[in-house]
Amino acid sequence: MAGKTLYDKLWESHVVHEDEDGTCLIYIDRHLVHEVTSPQAFEGLRLSGRKPWRSTSIVANPDHNTPTDHWERGILDPISRLQVETLDQNIKDFGALVYFPFKHENQGIIHVIGPENGTTLPGMTVVCGDSHTSTHGAFGALAHGIGTSEVEHVLATQTLIAKKSLRMLVNIDGQLGRGVTAKDVALAVIGRIGTAGGNGYAIEFAGSVIRNLSMEGRMTICNMAIEAGARAGLIAADDKTTAYLKGRLHAPKGADWDKAVAYWNTLHSDEDAVFDSVIELRAEDLAPQVTWGTSPEQVLPIGGRVPDPAAETDPVKRTGIERALLYMGLTANTPIEEIYLDKVFIGSCTNSRIEDLRAAASMVKGQKKAASVKQVLIVPGSGIVKRQAEEEGLDKIFINAGFEWREPGCSMCLAMNADRLVPAERCASTSNRNFEGRQGPGGRTHLVSPEMAAAAAIAGHFVDIRNQI
Amino acid sequence: MKAFKEINALVCPLDRANVDTDAIIPKQFLKSIKRSGFGPYLFDEWRYTDHGEPGMECSRRPLNQDFVLNHVRYQGAQILLARDNFGCGSSREHAPWAIEDYGFRVIIAPSFADIFFNNCYKNGILPIVADTAVVDKLFSACEASVGYKIAVDLETQRVTLPSGETFGFDITPHRKHCLINGLDEIGLTLQHADEIRAFETKHKAAQPWLFN
Repeated sequence: MAGKTLYDKLWESHVVHEDEDGTCLIYIDRHLVHEVTSPQAFEGLRLSGRKPWRSTSIVANPDHNTPTDHWERGILDPISRLQVETLDQNIKDFGALVYFPFKHENQGIIHVIGPENGTTLPGMTVVCGDSHTSTHGAFGALAHGIGTSEVEHVLATQTLIAKKSLRMLVNIDGQLGRGVTAKDVALAVIGRIGTAGGNGYAIEFAGSVIRNLSMEGRMTICNMAIEAGARAGLIAADDKTTAYLKGRLHAPKGADWDKAVAYWNTLHSDEDAVFDSVIELRAEDLAPQVTWGTSPEQVLPIGGRVPDPAAETDPVKRTGIERALLYMGLTANTPIEEIYLDKVFIGSCTNSRIEDLRAAASMVKGQKKAASVKQVLIVPGSGIVKRQAEEEGLDKIFINAGFEWREPGCSMCLAMNADRLVPAERCASTSNRNFEGRQGPGGRTHLVSPEMAAAAAIAGHFVDIRNQI
Repeated sequence: MKAFKEINALVCPLDRANVDTDAIIPKQFLKSIKRSGFGPYLFDEWRYTDHGEPGMECSRRPLNQDFVLNHVRYQGAQILLARDNFGCGSSREHAPWAIEDYGFRVIIAPSFADIFFNNCYKNGILPIVADTAVVDKLFSACEASVGYKIAVDLETQRVTLPSGETFGFDITPHRKHCLINGLDEIGLTLQHADEIRAFETKHKAAQPWLFN
């Protein structure tokens, strides 16, 4: 019999019940909750007179709507404020293991605070009413986004109704070149398989490139698995995983720690495991990536040129390219390096961790932002990240460069708060989606790594950072 | 949840691939703490020429006459015809809430994004995966003929075209049962409460740190 994949192991260890048609009840260990996708779920509980099955599985905090400056003013938008206050009330009424309300010193993006407080652990099932829950797969956990009805279902039953996904292995071997980051690997994978390429799959990322990445880098890659269509991204637990978790607030302690580590060491795909699909990439083939269009699959290496729809033979794809160029205000065949920016955003659950901020700061080197760039936002992923960055003096580097050093939150990744683009503004962004209107109606987003974003802020246009480091 | 058994209704063709949930319902409408009232803001940035905000009265907003949902011939459509990877992007259930509130009960596409696909079933919407060739044919037929209606029968899992041609579609028995009967899944799952408790006890004994 063939060995098991990591996904098989995680799935099988959580099946509570299986129907004849393969529909399963999966036990959920960790439920992350934020203010946008939970109010209707809590309301559903109240209306049906139900209580949470296990409120100590809940880790919650507001992040989407919260402002990133002038916290002393509170939340000015009354509708946003009501949503955040509704979360306060729901947690007060129903309980949680961890709750960081707005302005708490550890508040941040839910996918940043989960791991950094040791509430995301290998071997867990993790869900959240947020598609970027795939982030937590970096710890050898089975983590995926769910809708609000499912949030209510997990609250009430501690289970999720699901069918097993197919298994895809994305193997990346070799040595990444200077200036080529986890974000570039993620974008290159999406460019290769497309935004629907992972539909129906859980993707395990493996190979020497993944093993050599930090936990922060691994989270960036798993975070973007959803942009390839996969509900879950996975990376086997190893010594880096345990080193990251040791001593964190909710990580196991004492004898539990040793027992946990022994179990976590089994959380990898067996040598003879069989995958339904295998994709191979070579690190040496990868350059810094920049998206040019309105889907993350519309991505090119920095040395590329904006595509020409005339060269596309598939009519649906050609129309897609034409529509994207029109929306993005780009001309076919323009070199990526000649794309000029109005704003730069460094943050989001993809790239707002301490390593991302260090990487961005390393590109500044005492320089100032280009005069043509109107605003550069640096939004740390959590209070803990913010304090760490300040201890290291990164905030000074950014402020001296003319960048804005903000409070933690989702911010201009999805522009639910006041941080947003105005129509036709062009932004280099370390976030995860370049959809039409994502960063503000009519806004134009180019997805890049923190290093590429910082370098673009200084130059005013995209540059090949491999020439600078 | 509204039950869904069968429908014979007008088809509206949305000829774009990778329609994402930000397009289906833009983020400003996600600030609502309610489940209802999203229909007027469905595809807001494509549908209107002004900028929409929650609570706006939409009946007087300027319409984008080029957008298919605004074409007179598609008013009252209950079946949405779409392209590959429909519903990609965020997990927001506001997307199916908006689609259902607008009046669509069926979406036919060559492929759907996973989370959106799953969310549809929780809201009385039937997403049907059809071969690209079938979808191409439906787009042509729909655009060629004003008032193009098709019949969808969930019981027999068949779609019937005006020409009399039919094609079948897949759905898991669990989802079919819930949709046809408009069932609350939580109630069904809680019938397994003893199994969940037994699993939890065993799981806690093996990995106590998960319950700290």
